[in-house]
Amino acid sequence: MANEERLRRTMMFVPGNNPAMVKDAGIFGADSIMFDLEDAVSLPEKDAARYLVYEALQTVDYGDAELVVRINGLDTPFYKNDIRAMVKAGIDVIRLPKVETADMMTELVGLVEEAEAEFGREKGSTRVMAAIESAMGVVNAYAIASSTDRMMGIALSAEDYTTDMKTHRYPDGAELEYARNAILHAARAAGVSAFDTVFTNMDDPEGFYRETQYIHQLGFDGKSLVNPRQIEMVNAVFEPTEKEVLNAQNVIAAIEEARAKGSGVISMNGQMVDRPVVLRAERVMRLAKASHLLDAAGDYISNVKAANSQEGGKQSEK
Amino acid sequence: MEIKKTALAGTLESSDVQVMLSQGTNGIQFDLDSDVAKQYGTAIKATVTSVLNAYGIDNADVKIVDKGALDMVIKARTIAAVQRALDIVDEPNWEVL
Repeated sequence: MANEERLRRTMMFVPGNNPAMVKDAGIFGADSIMFDLEDAVSLPEKDAARYLVYEALQTVDYGDAELVVRINGLDTPFYKNDIRAMVKAGIDVIRLPKVETADMMTELVGLVEEAEAEFGREKGSTRVMAAIESAMGVVNAYAIASSTDRMMGIALSAEDYTTDMKTHRYPDGAELEYARNAILHAARAAGVSAFDTVFTNMDDPEGFYRETQYIHQLGFDGKSLVNPRQIEMVNAVFEPTEKEVLNAQNVIAAIEEARAKGSGVISMNGQMVDRPVVLRAERVMRLAKASHLLDAAGDYISNVKAANSQEGGKQSEK
Repeated sequence: MEIKKTALAGTLESSDVQVMLSQGTNGIQFDLDSDVAKQYGTAIKATVTSVLNAYGIDNADVKIVDKGALDMVIKARTIAAVQRALDIVDEPNWEVL
């Protein structure tokens, strides 16, 4: 499925009623761009934001980025028109906030399907994702993640969640440990993407790196972001090392050779190479390509990483 | 279609445009304020006019304060203003979008 192949390291929030930000959203290299019609838009401007995002989707070239829109929740009067406008606009993914049950996704999918028929969009072309923002949502995470074939992923939204849990966010993130693991397991079990919550303190880059490294280690696909400056920071964390890239190339070369010979399982440097190893290698190569670590022939460019880290060093000195 | 009430959409921030519509009697009358009126005034008015035509509005006074908006922003803001002026915010005209 296409879901497996796509990199989703960064999902950048873009306030839906801000023309300057909406028109420039494509220039920062985010893997996914999430136009926000919900919390970033004041109540009297909900209609205006909907038309602005609609027109932007018709005219602005956002390159290869996956286009997501966060609509207003199903307890609001904006919910249905948001869905219709965004389906008509041909959005890739509709993100529903405050999801607590699989039924909420089923209701959304029903309306999406009606809108696809109404506006002549291909059935199934609009995918959905769920933001999980409460204890109930975390407890039901797997049911939500597996509620529909259209599911692209699930995301933790920590501000509402920590409030619901009668706590708040701490620098070490211990209060999110259960939710992160529950959401990640639900996503993996359902075969969809998993996104970590936003990190809003732009004055704490160390905290941001620490949190991103942690969620990368857990196995999240990526992170929701509020500031374009965070994109290259996340990408740096997800960038594979030279050793990982060379190893992945060897694995892929070995498995191709084995296929040519008609053999399924192979050994490389005395270790068995089976399907999980190959899948991991393929993901490393996608990350390497996205991090511009490969030349046109697909070979590792050994001096890029040195140049990148030098540049990074200079920036952190500022 | 007749404008029911004066309505406004858009802001005065950079890259945005504010469009105000009120009842008129003498066709579509423009009052355009833009730093690029000389270069783009005709195009801005044409975009607004095409949206008004799509809604069947023949008479309106249109006040535009442009802060360097792209064509798609002008269109989006005009649609929002028209929907508000016609008092049909909750029932968008999907054909015009």
